[in-house]
Amino acid sequence: MPSQVTLTVNGLRVSVPSGATVAAAVAIAGQACRISVTGEPRGPLCGMGICFECCVAVNGRPHCRSCQTLCESGMEVRTDE
Amino acid sequence: MSKDLEQRFDVVVVGGGPAGIAAAVRAAECGVSVGIVDDNATLGGQIWRGTSGERQEEGAKVAAIWYRRFGTAGITALCGKRVFHQPEPGVLLAEGTDDLFELGYRNLVLATGARERFLPFPGWTLPNVLGAGGLQALVKGGLPIRGKRVVVAGTGPLLLAVAAYLREHGAEILMVCEQAPWSSLARFTAALLGQPEKIAQAFELKRKLAGVPFVANSWPLAAHGGQTLEGVTVSRAGKSETIPCDYLACGFHLVPNTELPLLLGCQVGNRFVPVDDFQQTTIAGVFCAGEPTGIGGVDLALVEGQIAGLAAAGRRAEARELFGARRKARRFARILDRTFRLRAELRSLPSHETMVCRCEDVPYSRLQRLSSWRAAKLHTRCGMGPCQGRVCGPATQFLFQWNPDSVRPPVFPVRVASLARFRGGAKPEQTTVAGGLG
Repeated sequence: MPSQVTLTVNGLRVSVPSGATVAAAVAIAGQACRISVTGEPRGPLCGMGICFECCVAVNGRPHCRSCQTLCESGMEVRTDE
Repeated sequence: MSKDLEQRFDVVVVGGGPAGIAAAVRAAECGVSVGIVDDNATLGGQIWRGTSGERQEEGAKVAAIWYRRFGTAGITALCGKRVFHQPEPGVLLAEGTDDLFELGYRNLVLATGARERFLPFPGWTLPNVLGAGGLQALVKGGLPIRGKRVVVAGTGPLLLAVAAYLREHGAEILMVCEQAPWSSLARFTAALLGQPEKIAQAFELKRKLAGVPFVANSWPLAAHGGQTLEGVTVSRAGKSETIPCDYLACGFHLVPNTELPLLLGCQVGNRFVPVDDFQQTTIAGVFCAGEPTGIGGVDLALVEGQIAGLAAAGRRAEARELFGARRKARRFARILDRTFRLRAELRSLPSHETMVCRCEDVPYSRLQRLSSWRAAKLHTRCGMGPCQGRVCGPATQFLFQWNPDSVRPPVFPVRVASLARFRGGAKPEQTTVAGGLG
Protein backbone atom coordinates (compact mmCIF):
# COMPACT_ATOMS: atom_id res chain seq x y z
CA MET A 1 0.00 0.00 0.00
CA PRO A 2 1.37 3.40 -0.92
CA SER A 3 1.57 5.81 2.00
CA GLN A 4 -0.79 8.78 2.05
CA VAL A 5 0.08 12.45 2.08
CA THR A 6 -2.32 15.02 3.55
CA LEU A 7 -2.41 18.60 2.33
CA THR A 8 -4.95 21.39 1.99
CA VAL A 9 -6.50 22.84 -1.17
CA ASN A 10 -8.24 26.17 -0.50
CA GLY A 11 -8.35 25.11 3.15
CA LEU A 12 -9.97 21.72 2.41
CA ARG A 13 -8.03 18.72 3.70
CA VAL A 14 -7.15 16.20 0.97
CA SER A 15 -5.35 12.87 1.26
CA VAL A 16 -3.52 11.53 -1.79
CA PRO A 17 -1.09 8.66 -2.37
CA SER A 18 2.52 9.76 -1.97
CA GLY A 19 3.94 10.64 -5.38
CA ALA A 20 0.67 12.24 -6.49
CA THR A 21 0.77 15.61 -8.23
CA VAL A 22 -0.84 18.76 -6.88
CA ALA A 23 -3.05 18.72 -10.01
CA ALA A 24 -4.54 15.41 -8.82
CA ALA A 25 -5.10 16.83 -5.32
CA VAL A 26 -6.87 19.89 -6.74
CA ALA A 27 -9.14 17.64 -8.82
CA ILE A 28 -9.90 15.43 -5.81
CA ALA A 29 -10.82 18.56 -3.87
CA GLY A 30 -13.26 19.43 -6.68
CA GLN A 31 -11.65 22.77 -7.41
CA ALA A 32 -10.79 24.50 -10.70
CA CYS A 33 -7.09 25.34 -10.93
CA ARG A 34 -7.42 28.92 -12.04
CA ILE A 35 -9.84 31.55 -13.30
CA SER A 36 -9.01 32.81 -16.80
CA VAL A 37 -8.61 36.50 -17.67
CA THR A 38 -12.28 36.65 -18.69
CA GLY A 39 -13.45 34.74 -15.63
CA GLU A 40 -13.77 31.16 -16.87
CA PRO A 41 -12.84 28.26 -14.58
CA ARG A 42 -9.94 26.24 -15.99
CA GLY A 43 -8.33 22.92 -15.22
CA PRO A 44 -5.29 21.05 -16.52
CA LEU A 45 -5.04 20.52 -20.29
CA CYS A 46 -1.66 19.08 -21.25
CA GLY A 47 -0.56 17.39 -18.02
CA MET A 48 3.09 18.01 -18.90
CA GLY A 49 4.00 21.56 -17.98
CA ILE A 50 3.34 23.15 -21.37
CA CYS A 51 -0.06 24.85 -21.18
CA PHE A 52 0.05 26.64 -17.77
CA GLU A 53 -3.69 26.04 -17.28
CA CYS A 54 -3.07 24.14 -14.04
CA CYS A 55 -1.15 26.94 -12.31
CA VAL A 56 -1.90 27.29 -8.58
CA ALA A 57 -0.26 28.85 -5.54
CA VAL A 58 1.74 26.38 -3.44
CA ASN A 59 2.77 27.47 0.05
CA GLY A 60 2.28 31.08 -1.00
CA ARG A 61 4.34 30.78 -4.20
CA PRO A 62 2.12 31.71 -7.16
CA HIS A 63 2.17 30.31 -10.73
CA CYS A 64 3.23 26.76 -9.85
CA ARG A 65 2.36 24.18 -12.49
CA SER A 66 0.36 21.76 -10.38
CA CYS A 67 0.86 18.92 -12.90
CA GLN A 68 4.62 19.02 -12.31
CA THR A 69 4.55 19.64 -8.57
CA LEU A 70 4.44 16.66 -6.22
CA CYS A 71 2.27 16.78 -3.09
CA GLU A 72 4.02 17.10 0.26
CA SER A 73 2.60 16.64 3.70
CA GLY A 74 1.17 19.88 5.09
CA MET A 75 1.38 21.69 1.77
CA GLU A 76 -1.04 24.62 1.37
CA VAL A 77 -2.46 24.92 -2.12
CA ARG A 78 -4.66 27.82 -3.19
CA THR A 79 -6.45 28.17 -6.52
CA ASP A 80 -8.39 31.28 -5.58
CA GLU A 81 -5.77 34.01 -5.49
CA MET B 1 16.78 32.17 -2.97
CA SER B 2 19.17 31.29 -5.80
CA LYS B 3 21.88 28.81 -5.01
CA ASP B 4 23.59 29.32 -8.34
CA LEU B 5 25.05 25.90 -8.86
CA GLU B 6 27.47 25.45 -11.72
CA GLN B 7 28.32 22.11 -13.26
CA ARG B 8 30.27 21.18 -16.38
CA PHE B 9 29.87 18.01 -18.42
CA ASP B 10 31.34 16.60 -21.61
CA VAL B 11 27.79 15.90 -22.75
CA VAL B 12 24.59 17.53 -21.54
CA VAL B 13 21.27 15.96 -22.55
CA VAL B 14 18.12 18.08 -22.36
CA GLY B 15 15.02 15.92 -21.96
CA GLY B 16 14.69 12.68 -19.99
CA GLY B 17 12.34 10.69 -22.20
CA PRO B 18 13.43 7.60 -24.12
CA ALA B 19 15.60 9.55 -26.61
CA GLY B 20 17.36 11.47 -23.84
CA ILE B 21 17.86 8.42 -21.64
CA ALA B 22 19.28 6.42 -24.57
CA ALA B 23 21.61 9.30 -25.50
CA ALA B 24 22.81 9.75 -21.92
CA VAL B 25 23.38 6.02 -21.38
CA ARG B 26 25.32 5.46 -24.61
CA ALA B 27 27.47 8.56 -24.07
CA ALA B 28 28.19 7.77 -20.41
CA GLU B 29 29.05 4.14 -21.22
CA CYS B 30 31.82 5.56 -23.45
CA GLY B 31 33.41 7.09 -20.35
CA VAL B 32 32.57 10.77 -20.85
CA SER B 33 30.86 12.83 -18.13
CA VAL B 34 27.13 13.20 -18.76
CA GLY B 35 24.42 15.34 -17.20
CA ILE B 36 20.75 15.00 -18.09
CA VAL B 37 18.22 17.70 -17.25
CA ASP B 38 14.43 17.39 -17.31
CA ASP B 39 11.63 19.62 -16.09
CA ASN B 40 9.61 16.77 -14.60
CA ALA B 41 10.08 15.37 -11.10
CA THR B 42 11.22 12.02 -12.51
CA LEU B 43 12.79 10.78 -15.73
CA GLY B 44 10.93 8.76 -18.34
CA GLY B 45 9.21 11.45 -20.36
CA GLN B 46 5.53 11.16 -21.11
CA ILE B 47 5.62 7.61 -22.39
CA TRP B 48 7.63 5.99 -19.61
CA ARG B 49 6.24 8.15 -16.82
CA GLY B 50 5.20 5.92 -13.95
CA THR B 51 6.70 2.74 -15.45
CA SER B 52 9.00 1.38 -12.78
CA GLY B 53 8.96 -2.11 -14.26
CA GLU B 54 6.00 -3.33 -12.21
CA ARG B 55 3.86 -3.84 -15.30
CA GLN B 56 4.62 -6.61 -17.71
CA GLU B 57 3.92 -5.07 -21.11
CA GLU B 58 6.62 -4.98 -23.72
CA GLY B 59 7.01 -1.21 -23.34
CA ALA B 60 7.56 -1.43 -19.59
CA LYS B 61 10.17 -4.15 -20.07
CA VAL B 62 12.10 -2.01 -22.54
CA ALA B 63 11.92 0.92 -20.13
CA ALA B 64 13.16 -1.25 -17.26
CA ILE B 65 16.23 -2.29 -19.26
CA TRP B 66 17.13 1.32 -20.04
CA TYR B 67 16.52 2.43 -16.45
CA ARG B 68 18.89 -0.30 -15.26
CA ARG B 69 21.62 0.80 -17.67
CA PHE B 70 20.98 4.39 -16.69
CA GLY B 71 21.42 3.54 -13.01
CA THR B 72 24.88 2.02 -13.49
CA ALA B 73 26.27 4.46 -16.08
CA GLY B 74 27.25 7.21 -13.63
CA ILE B 75 25.01 9.90 -15.11
CA THR B 76 24.14 13.06 -13.18
CA ALA B 77 20.35 13.50 -13.36
CA LEU B 78 18.90 16.95 -12.73
CA CYS B 79 15.13 16.57 -12.49
CA GLY B 80 12.58 19.31 -11.92
CA LYS B 81 14.87 21.79 -13.71
CA ARG B 82 13.75 23.69 -16.76
CA VAL B 83 16.28 24.96 -19.30
CA PHE B 84 15.28 28.47 -20.33
CA HIS B 85 18.28 30.19 -21.86
CA GLN B 86 21.74 29.83 -23.38
CA PRO B 87 23.60 32.97 -22.30
CA GLU B 88 26.66 31.97 -24.35
CA PRO B 89 27.58 28.96 -26.50
CA GLY B 90 28.34 25.95 -24.30
CA VAL B 91 26.35 27.20 -21.30
CA LEU B 92 22.70 26.59 -20.44
CA LEU B 93 20.68 28.11 -17.64
CA ALA B 94 18.06 25.96 -15.91
CA GLU B 95 15.65 26.93 -13.17
CA GLY B 96 14.46 24.69 -10.35
CA THR B 97 11.85 25.37 -7.68
CA ASP B 98 14.24 27.43 -5.56
CA ASP B 99 17.46 27.47 -7.47
CA LEU B 100 19.26 28.28 -10.67
CA PHE B 101 21.70 25.99 -12.45
CA GLU B 102 24.40 26.81 -14.93
CA LEU B 103 25.21 23.80 -17.06
CA GLY B 104 28.38 23.84 -19.12
CA TYR B 105 28.71 21.40 -22.02
CA ARG B 106 31.11 20.45 -24.76
CA ASN B 107 28.46 18.62 -26.75
CA LEU B 108 24.72 18.89 -26.34
CA VAL B 109 21.89 16.49 -27.12
CA LEU B 110 18.43 18.05 -27.43
CA ALA B 111 15.76 15.45 -26.72
CA THR B 112 12.93 17.82 -25.94
CA GLY B 113 10.14 15.52 -27.11
CA ALA B 114 6.73 16.49 -28.36
CA ARG B 115 3.47 17.82 -27.02
CA GLU B 116 -0.09 17.12 -28.08
CA ARG B 117 -1.67 19.27 -30.74
CA PHE B 118 -4.84 20.85 -29.41
CA LEU B 119 -7.53 22.23 -31.70
CA PRO B 120 -10.19 24.62 -30.46
CA PHE B 121 -13.88 23.69 -30.56
CA PRO B 122 -16.78 25.12 -28.52
CA GLY B 123 -16.39 24.11 -24.87
CA TRP B 124 -12.78 22.89 -25.12
CA THR B 125 -11.75 25.22 -22.30
CA LEU B 126 -14.13 23.58 -19.76
CA PRO B 127 -12.46 21.84 -16.82
CA ASN B 128 -12.23 18.06 -17.46
CA VAL B 129 -11.62 18.52 -21.17
CA LEU B 130 -7.98 17.49 -21.39
CA GLY B 131 -5.47 16.18 -23.85
CA ALA B 132 -5.50 12.43 -24.31
CA GLY B 133 -1.94 12.21 -23.06
CA GLY B 134 -2.90 14.97 -20.64
CA LEU B 135 -5.54 12.87 -18.89
CA GLN B 136 -3.22 9.86 -18.86
CA ALA B 137 -0.49 11.98 -17.26
CA LEU B 138 -2.91 13.18 -14.60
CA VAL B 139 -4.03 9.64 -13.81
CA LYS B 140 -0.38 8.57 -13.60
CA GLY B 141 -0.05 11.49 -11.17
CA GLY B 142 -2.76 10.16 -8.87
CA LEU B 143 -6.06 11.41 -10.33
CA PRO B 144 -8.73 8.79 -9.48
CA ILE B 145 -10.40 7.64 -12.70
CA ARG B 146 -12.23 4.50 -11.52
CA GLY B 147 -15.87 4.58 -12.53
CA LYS B 148 -15.51 7.82 -14.51
CA ARG B 149 -17.12 8.01 -17.96
CA VAL B 150 -14.54 9.05 -20.54
CA VAL B 151 -14.78 9.90 -24.24
CA VAL B 152 -11.42 9.75 -26.05
CA ALA B 153 -11.21 11.77 -29.25
CA GLY B 154 -8.87 13.39 -31.74
CA THR B 155 -6.32 11.57 -33.84
CA GLY B 156 -3.21 9.43 -33.62
CA PRO B 157 -2.07 6.14 -32.12
CA LEU B 158 -1.97 7.74 -28.68
CA LEU B 159 -5.78 7.64 -28.47
CA LEU B 160 -5.94 3.84 -28.26
CA ALA B 161 -3.00 3.60 -25.89
CA VAL B 162 -4.61 6.16 -23.58
CA ALA B 163 -8.03 4.51 -23.78
CA ALA B 164 -6.49 1.15 -22.86
CA TYR B 165 -4.54 2.68 -19.97
CA LEU B 166 -7.57 4.48 -18.55
CA ARG B 167 -9.75 1.39 -18.85
CA GLU B 168 -7.13 -0.68 -17.05
CA HIS B 169 -7.39 1.84 -14.23
CA GLY B 170 -11.16 1.50 -13.97
CA ALA B 171 -12.48 4.16 -16.33
CA GLU B 172 -15.54 3.49 -18.45
CA ILE B 173 -14.49 4.34 -22.01
CA LEU B 174 -17.69 5.34 -23.78
CA MET B 175 -16.20 5.87 -27.22
CA VAL B 176 -12.92 6.42 -29.05
CA CYS B 177 -13.43 8.94 -31.89
CA GLU B 178 -10.65 9.00 -34.52
CA GLN B 179 -10.90 11.76 -37.14
CA ALA B 180 -8.90 9.79 -39.74
CA PRO B 181 -11.00 7.89 -42.30
CA TRP B 182 -11.21 4.10 -42.27
CA SER B 183 -9.27 4.01 -45.56
CA SER B 184 -6.21 5.64 -43.96
CA LEU B 185 -6.46 3.39 -40.92
CA ALA B 186 -6.65 0.32 -43.14
CA ARG B 187 -3.47 1.39 -44.95
CA PHE B 188 -1.86 2.01 -41.56
CA THR B 189 -2.73 -1.50 -40.41
CA ALA B 190 -1.43 -3.00 -43.65
CA ALA B 191 1.83 -1.11 -43.31
CA LEU B 192 2.31 -2.54 -39.82
CA LEU B 193 2.29 -6.07 -41.22
CA GLY B 194 6.02 -5.79 -41.87
CA GLN B 195 6.68 -4.92 -38.22
CA PRO B 196 5.90 -7.86 -35.91
CA GLU B 197 6.50 -5.97 -32.66
CA LYS B 198 4.01 -3.31 -33.68
CA ILE B 199 1.44 -6.00 -34.49
CA ALA B 200 1.93 -7.50 -31.03
CA GLN B 201 1.26 -4.08 -29.51
CA ALA B 202 -1.85 -3.68 -31.66
CA PHE B 203 -3.24 -7.05 -30.56
CA GLU B 204 -2.59 -6.19 -26.93
CA LEU B 205 -4.51 -2.92 -27.34
CA LYS B 206 -7.35 -4.73 -29.10
CA ARG B 207 -7.66 -7.17 -26.21
CA LYS B 208 -7.66 -4.39 -23.62
CA LEU B 209 -10.27 -2.40 -25.53
CA ALA B 210 -12.63 -5.28 -26.31
CA GLY B 211 -16.19 -3.93 -26.34
CA VAL B 212 -15.20 -0.27 -26.55
CA PRO B 213 -16.69 1.46 -29.63
CA PHE B 214 -13.90 2.72 -31.89
CA VAL B 215 -15.25 5.08 -34.54
CA ALA B 216 -13.29 6.47 -37.50
CA ASN B 217 -14.38 9.60 -39.40
CA SER B 218 -15.45 11.00 -36.04
CA TRP B 219 -14.47 14.12 -34.11
CA PRO B 220 -15.75 16.36 -31.30
CA LEU B 221 -18.09 19.18 -32.32
CA ALA B 222 -18.66 20.73 -28.89
CA ALA B 223 -18.16 20.09 -25.19
CA HIS B 224 -21.01 21.06 -22.86
CA GLY B 225 -21.25 22.04 -19.23
CA GLY B 226 -21.48 24.92 -16.78
CA GLN B 227 -18.54 25.00 -14.39
CA THR B 228 -17.19 21.67 -15.64
CA LEU B 229 -17.72 19.15 -18.44
CA GLU B 230 -21.09 17.39 -18.59
CA GLY B 231 -21.10 15.93 -22.10
CA VAL B 232 -19.70 16.07 -25.60
CA THR B 233 -21.30 16.19 -29.03
CA VAL B 234 -19.36 14.28 -31.65
CA SER B 235 -19.71 14.01 -35.40
CA ARG B 236 -20.13 10.38 -36.31
CA ALA B 237 -20.82 9.15 -39.83
CA GLY B 238 -22.02 12.62 -40.77
CA LYS B 239 -24.52 12.83 -37.88
CA SER B 240 -24.07 14.48 -34.51
CA GLU B 241 -24.45 12.50 -31.32
CA THR B 242 -24.33 13.82 -27.75
CA ILE B 243 -22.71 11.68 -25.07
CA PRO B 244 -22.91 12.57 -21.34
CA CYS B 245 -19.47 12.02 -19.76
CA ASP B 246 -17.12 13.06 -16.95
CA TYR B 247 -13.97 13.54 -19.02
CA LEU B 248 -13.14 14.28 -22.64
CA ALA B 249 -9.57 13.23 -23.47
CA CYS B 250 -8.85 14.94 -26.77
CA GLY B 251 -5.60 15.44 -28.65
CA PHE B 252 -4.77 15.71 -32.33
CA HIS B 253 -1.52 13.79 -32.62
CA LEU B 254 1.77 15.43 -31.65
CA VAL B 255 3.84 18.49 -32.47
CA PRO B 256 7.56 18.68 -31.70
CA ASN B 257 9.02 20.89 -28.97
CA THR B 258 11.42 22.96 -31.03
CA GLU B 259 11.64 26.10 -28.88
CA LEU B 260 15.04 25.21 -27.43
CA PRO B 261 16.61 24.17 -30.78
CA LEU B 262 15.33 27.47 -32.22
CA LEU B 263 16.71 29.46 -29.30
CA LEU B 264 20.12 27.88 -29.84
CA GLY B 265 20.02 28.87 -33.49
CA CYS B 266 19.49 25.41 -34.98
CA GLN B 267 17.77 25.51 -38.32
CA VAL B 268 14.18 24.33 -38.06
CA GLY B 269 12.38 23.59 -41.32
CA ASN B 270 8.74 22.60 -41.75
CA ARG B 271 8.32 22.37 -37.95
CA PHE B 272 11.08 19.78 -37.49
CA VAL B 273 14.80 19.98 -36.70
CA PRO B 274 16.92 18.77 -39.64
CA VAL B 275 19.87 16.60 -38.60
CA ASP B 276 22.72 14.84 -40.38
CA ASP B 277 23.45 11.09 -40.27
CA PHE B 278 24.85 11.46 -36.74
CA GLN B 279 21.82 13.42 -35.48
CA GLN B 280 23.83 16.64 -35.51
CA THR B 281 21.86 19.83 -36.10
CA THR B 282 23.09 22.72 -38.23
CA ILE B 283 25.15 23.77 -35.20
CA ALA B 284 28.33 21.77 -34.63
CA GLY B 285 28.26 19.89 -31.34
CA VAL B 286 24.51 20.26 -30.91
CA PHE B 287 22.64 17.03 -31.58
CA CYS B 288 18.91 16.37 -31.65
CA ALA B 289 17.05 13.09 -31.20
CA GLY B 290 13.50 11.83 -30.95
CA GLU B 291 10.27 13.62 -31.78
CA PRO B 292 11.78 17.07 -32.62
CA THR B 293 13.38 15.53 -35.73
CA GLY B 294 10.06 13.96 -36.81
CA ILE B 295 7.21 12.29 -34.92
CA GLY B 296 8.13 8.61 -34.93
CA GLY B 297 7.40 7.13 -31.52
CA VAL B 298 9.51 5.39 -28.93
CA ASP B 299 11.42 2.99 -31.19
CA LEU B 300 12.74 5.76 -33.39
CA ALA B 301 13.45 7.93 -30.34
CA LEU B 302 15.56 5.17 -28.77
CA VAL B 303 17.68 4.57 -31.84
CA GLU B 304 18.13 8.28 -32.60
CA GLY B 305 19.02 8.92 -28.99
CA GLN B 306 21.67 6.21 -29.07
CA ILE B 307 23.19 7.56 -32.28
CA ALA B 308 23.22 11.09 -30.86
CA GLY B 309 24.75 9.96 -27.57
CA LEU B 310 27.49 7.94 -29.27
CA ALA B 311 28.26 10.73 -31.74
CA ALA B 312 28.35 13.30 -28.92
CA ALA B 313 30.89 11.06 -27.16
CA GLY B 314 32.97 10.87 -30.33
CA ARG B 315 32.13 7.24 -31.19
CA ARG B 316 30.99 7.65 -34.77
CA ALA B 317 31.82 4.11 -35.86
CA GLU B 318 29.54 2.64 -33.20
CA ALA B 319 26.84 5.15 -34.06
CA ARG B 320 27.02 4.07 -37.69
CA GLU B 321 26.03 0.51 -36.71
CA LEU B 322 22.59 1.82 -35.75
CA PHE B 323 21.79 3.50 -39.07
CA GLY B 324 19.92 0.43 -40.36
CA ALA B 325 17.66 0.28 -37.33
CA ARG B 326 16.95 3.98 -37.70
CA ARG B 327 15.99 3.60 -41.38
CA LYS B 328 13.41 0.99 -40.41
CA ALA B 329 11.98 3.07 -37.57
CA ARG B 330 11.72 6.10 -39.86
CA ARG B 331 9.44 4.19 -42.20
CA PHE B 332 6.94 3.96 -39.35
CA ALA B 333 7.25 7.72 -38.82
CA ARG B 334 6.30 8.40 -42.44
CA ILE B 335 3.29 6.08 -42.15
CA LEU B 336 2.15 7.87 -38.98
CA ASP B 337 2.35 11.20 -40.73
CA ARG B 338 0.22 10.06 -43.68
CA THR B 339 -2.37 8.22 -41.60
CA PHE B 340 -3.19 10.90 -39.08
CA ARG B 341 -3.26 13.94 -41.36
CA LEU B 342 -5.89 16.42 -40.14
CA ARG B 343 -9.08 16.71 -42.15
CA ALA B 344 -10.18 20.15 -43.37
CA GLU B 345 -13.52 19.96 -41.50
CA LEU B 346 -11.64 20.50 -38.23
CA ARG B 347 -10.89 24.07 -39.33
CA SER B 348 -14.56 24.96 -39.02
CA LEU B 349 -15.04 23.66 -35.47
CA PRO B 350 -14.52 26.94 -33.55
CA SER B 351 -17.48 29.30 -33.22
CA HIS B 352 -16.95 33.08 -33.02
CA GLU B 353 -16.80 32.93 -29.23
CA THR B 354 -14.49 29.90 -28.96
CA MET B 355 -11.26 30.86 -27.19
CA VAL B 356 -8.27 30.05 -29.36
CA CYS B 357 -5.59 31.48 -27.05
CA ARG B 358 -6.40 30.10 -23.61
CA CYS B 359 -3.80 32.14 -21.72
CA GLU B 360 -5.09 35.50 -22.91
CA ASP B 361 -8.68 34.45 -23.76
CA VAL B 362 -8.56 35.53 -27.38
CA PRO B 363 -11.66 34.29 -29.24
CA TYR B 364 -11.73 33.01 -32.81
CA SER B 365 -13.67 36.07 -34.02
CA ARG B 366 -10.77 38.38 -33.14
CA LEU B 367 -8.28 36.28 -35.09
CA GLN B 368 -10.03 35.26 -38.27
CA ARG B 369 -9.52 38.60 -40.06
CA LEU B 370 -5.82 38.85 -39.19
CA SER B 371 -3.10 37.94 -41.62
CA SER B 372 -0.28 36.47 -39.54
CA TRP B 373 0.89 35.16 -36.17
CA ARG B 374 2.82 38.40 -35.71
CA ALA B 375 -0.30 40.48 -36.39
CA ALA B 376 -2.27 38.32 -33.97
CA LYS B 377 0.32 38.87 -31.25
CA LEU B 378 0.41 42.62 -31.83
CA HIS B 379 -3.34 43.16 -32.05
CA THR B 380 -4.82 40.59 -29.69
CA ARG B 381 -2.05 39.23 -27.38
CA CYS B 382 -2.70 35.78 -28.88
CA GLY B 383 0.30 33.64 -27.98
CA MET B 384 1.69 36.20 -25.53
CA GLY B 385 0.66 34.48 -22.28
CA PRO B 386 2.66 32.10 -20.13
CA CYS B 387 2.49 29.17 -22.56
CA GLN B 388 4.16 31.44 -25.12
CA GLY B 389 2.04 30.08 -27.94
CA ARG B 390 2.79 26.41 -27.31
CA VAL B 391 -0.95 25.61 -27.43
CA CYS B 392 -2.41 28.24 -29.78
CA GLY B 393 0.65 28.33 -32.08
CA PRO B 394 0.11 24.86 -33.59
CA ALA B 395 -3.67 25.48 -33.53
CA THR B 396 -3.44 28.71 -35.54
CA GLN B 397 -0.89 27.11 -37.84
CA PHE B 398 -3.60 24.59 -38.74
CA LEU B 399 -6.56 26.99 -38.66
CA PHE B 400 -5.01 29.92 -40.52
CA GLN B 401 -1.71 28.57 -41.93
CA TRP B 402 0.21 31.06 -39.79
CA ASN B 403 3.87 30.40 -39.23
CA PRO B 404 5.42 30.93 -35.82
CA ASP B 405 7.97 33.69 -35.18
CA SER B 406 11.49 33.32 -33.96
CA VAL B 407 11.95 32.34 -30.33
CA ARG B 408 13.37 34.70 -27.72
CA PRO B 409 14.74 33.96 -24.29
CA PRO B 410 13.56 32.92 -21.80
CA VAL B 411 11.84 30.01 -23.56
CA PHE B 412 9.76 29.48 -20.42
CA PRO B 413 8.54 32.08 -17.93
CA VAL B 414 11.05 32.33 -15.09
CA ARG B 415 11.51 34.22 -11.84
CA VAL B 416 12.96 37.71 -11.89
CA ALA B 417 15.95 36.43 -9.90
CA SER B 418 16.73 34.03 -12.74
CA LEU B 419 16.41 36.78 -15.34
CA ALA B 420 18.97 38.78 -13.45
CA ARG B 421 21.52 36.18 -14.45
CA PHE B 422 21.30 36.98 -18.16
CA ARG B 423 24.78 37.94 -19.21
CA GLY B 424 25.11 40.07 -22.29
CA GLY B 425 22.25 38.18 -23.94
CA ALA B 426 19.08 39.57 -25.39
CA LYS B 427 16.90 41.51 -23.01
CA PRO B 428 13.88 39.45 -22.05
CA GLU B 429 10.54 40.38 -23.56
CA GLN B 430 8.38 42.36 -21.17
CA THR B 431 5.39 40.16 -21.83
CA THR B 432 7.07 36.83 -21.17
CA VAL B 433 8.29 38.18 -17.87
CA ALA B 434 4.79 39.26 -16.95
CA GLY B 435 3.59 35.74 -17.71
CA GLY B 436 5.89 34.14 -15.23
CA LEU B 437 6.56 36.31 -12.24
CA GLY B 438 7.12 34.09 -9.29
